[in-house]
Amino acid sequence: MDRRNFIRSSALTSSYLLIPNFLKPLEYLDIKGNKNLVIIQLSGGNDWLNTIIPFTNDIYFKNRNKLGIKADKVINLNKELGFNPALAPLKEFYDAGHMSIVNNVGYPNPDRSHFRSMDIWQSASGSSEYLSTGWIGRYLDSNCKNAHQAIEVDNNLSLALKGEKLKGMAVKDAQQLFKQTQLPYFKNIAEIEKKETLNEDNQGYLYKTLIETVSSAEYIYETSKTKTNSFDYPNTDFGKQLKNVATFIESGLTTKVYYVSLTGFDTHVAQMNKHQKLLEIYAEGIAAFIKNLKGINKFDDSLLFTFSEFGRRVEENASGGTDHGTAGNVFLFGANLKKKGIVNEGPDLADLTDGDLKYHLDFRNIYANILNNWLSADANILINNSVVPYEIV
Amino acid sequence: MTTHLKYIFHLYNRAGFGISYKEALALSNKSMKEIIDGLFSDSTMATYLSVIKPNDLPKRKDAINSGMSKKEINKLILQKGVELNMAWVKHLMTTTNAIREKQTLFWHNHFACRIRNPYLLQELNNIHRKFAFSNFRDLLVEVSKSSAMLDFLNNQQNKKEHPNENFARELMELFTLGRGNYTEEDVKESARAFTGWSYDKDTFEFQYKEKHHDFGEKTFLTHKGTFGGEDIINMIMDNRQTAIFLCRKLYRYYVNENVDEARVKALAEFYFMNQYNTEMLLKKIFMADWFFAENNIGSNIKSPIELLIGLSRQYHIKYNNEKLLIQLQRQLGQVLFFPPNVAGWPGGKSWIDSSTLLLRMRLPSLVLNNGDIDNDERTDDPDDMFNETNGEQTNQKFGTHLNWIDILKAHEGLSIEKLSAAILAKQPNEKILNTINTEAANNKKEQIIKLLSLPEYNLC
Repeated sequence: MDRRNFIRSSALTSSYLLIPNFLKPLEYLDIKGNKNLVIIQLSGGNDWLNTIIPFTNDIYFKNRNKLGIKADKVINLNKELGFNPALAPLKEFYDAGHMSIVNNVGYPNPDRSHFRSMDIWQSASGSSEYLSTGWIGRYLDSNCKNAHQAIEVDNNLSLALKGEKLKGMAVKDAQQLFKQTQLPYFKNIAEIEKKETLNEDNQGYLYKTLIETVSSAEYIYETSKTKTNSFDYPNTDFGKQLKNVATFIESGLTTKVYYVSLTGFDTHVAQMNKHQKLLEIYAEGIAAFIKNLKGINKFDDSLLFTFSEFGRRVEENASGGTDHGTAGNVFLFGANLKKKGIVNEGPDLADLTDGDLKYHLDFRNIYANILNNWLSADANILINNSVVPYEIV
Repeated sequence: MTTHLKYIFHLYNRAGFGISYKEALALSNKSMKEIIDGLFSDSTMATYLSVIKPNDLPKRKDAINSGMSKKEINKLILQKGVELNMAWVKHLMTTTNAIREKQTLFWHNHFACRIRNPYLLQELNNIHRKFAFSNFRDLLVEVSKSSAMLDFLNNQQNKKEHPNENFARELMELFTLGRGNYTEEDVKESARAFTGWSYDKDTFEFQYKEKHHDFGEKTFLTHKGTFGGEDIINMIMDNRQTAIFLCRKLYRYYVNENVDEARVKALAEFYFMNQYNTEMLLKKIFMADWFFAENNIGSNIKSPIELLIGLSRQYHIKYNNEKLLIQLQRQLGQVLFFPPNVAGWPGGKSWIDSSTLLLRMRLPSLVLNNGDIDNDERTDDPDDMFNETNGEQTNQKFGTHLNWIDILKAHEGLSIEKLSAAILAKQPNEKILNTINTEAANNKKEQIIKLLSLPEYNLC
């Protein structure tokens, strides 16, 4: 057994997690250069059936009397499924083999509460299990040294990025965050404590978080301020968030995970225009982002992952909208996908549970694959119930 | 500072929401037993929340008939929810029932409920308050029959033909026994026992719908019988695991996030033998010598509510801007009546990330001094102080109001070490105290703000 294998196999025992990171061998912490994962969360429950449209399916049109997207409008991907026209900007990536569309993703005993279901996706728990750490947070605990290795482009940090010992950073505005940490008083006390040995108790934890915040904020700001990103993005909040991410990536931050969200998908009423607009914002933002990454030669190092907390019911409601449902799609974008295009069978609208789609693939299987193959982590120790990775990247 | 005074601070940090230096001094000639008894006698009478009336929110059907749009209904619900939140926050800031409210906050998290109807939430909260110290069984029965919980955990849909297991599962997993002390079969069988537990949609009163109840035989925790809901609750109470589960959680809340299992076991035995009398249990905890052990002082991380309420009570801060109080709760990660899920707020280290820590450290200066930590003006100068303002400070940016003269007078003549001991449960590094002492040598206001802005102020 060589050293690398020894380290990997010993990592399988959970006690390995208890070793402080600075004692961990470097090659374990950062095996594969600067690969990054960009997670895009569609909040509110996206209507996937009107995103990837089963345009030859009568059941779809029967259930979507008002909302169904007519077959002649759909951008065909294969004989059965096609893009909502608002996704047109993504077609070139699909054609180039840089996009994967996974159908029927969900989890057993689905929960229809936004908050609960979002917790389940973010913590990678089962539906009757309550975890206080996120899947990326646990990755931070086991594989990373600094808070800035997972950045959420927001003012508040999501559960997904919270580990037990290490939590990611919420960075909406790197300069503003940096300024806050540069208050002379805070900087001062962070510097005083740095020289002492901090305890494992809560007092030590608070100071460690403070010191980490000060240094990470400085690192992010000082590293990224040298770059001005002049690439043209759509003038939306979502576009701005992605532009920030691209700037961070170009500047060479050692960040492994970026987290971005687009909200407004809870379309119970008058969905048609609202949903089209949201998909447009999404598709235009993503298209600009990928082109930007290609232009700076970073697309090869990036993987984009899009999910929502649930899909919507198959049947539209009486208010021209759709209600909370269950399974849906996830999208991945990347230059080296193992499975490309539409990777599994489309939704079976004839086989429903109480009017909802059945899931065929547990989202945690995809997480496991990303953790293992993209983030060089060990999914077995980061996700409960040893799941079988779904080999896609 | 005397040990006795230090223990008074500790007791009030845990059993209440902190105490001002002046008030702590006033208590210091009493024995600890007298002080603890006083805490409970201060809380004998409960003050209930009553801002939301049952018919404040029209029934959805009526509202739509009367021409209200869904948007308007949602706006009304939201507005009433804010009123309810504010009513409790203000009560917490001013109440003399400190320990009753602290225990109500515990039950608020233990029986976490996330629904939209503020009236139902208010009534559930009043149950937690009314039965805060009573025996746990009475509380549990009341909670189980509350329209809020029946609604939240789908017991309305729990009918003989299609049992819904949601309530039965959480009852055992989160409210009583804890994982590993029951089987999936127990969940299924007890769900049948709760079939027909429902509430009247007009009065929100509990309603037992016989036609939906399953009268058949059930097997629960190895017992067999034609059990109803209360039988299940009784059997759960007869199981010592329930006492252990509750005592462990109470120990985390009142004593230390790191649990001493031997102590929990002893407490659980006491709780069990005394019919789950919560007041007796709490008194036993506060009277224990280990409650005041050094490693239990300043060991826990304050929840956002403990931080916000404690700060406001200690310095008698008034808020004119309600939006600020809601926004702070949100950004700090704990909005009352809005727990993340049925498991409640996870607490402890999970409160702290880079954003919330920075906000927590800036909070005292924002609320007390318009965001200034380093004071340029020497407000300690008596001439300056009594000049016009009379010590009253209104912070324009945050709409807070407080009296600095009173605060400074209360802390008069205290060395930096004594000031630190009066403000912080856990003492900072000596070098940090020295720095503060040098930077703010003749400025007590600045010293106080700097101490409040330390990470240690987030410990209790």
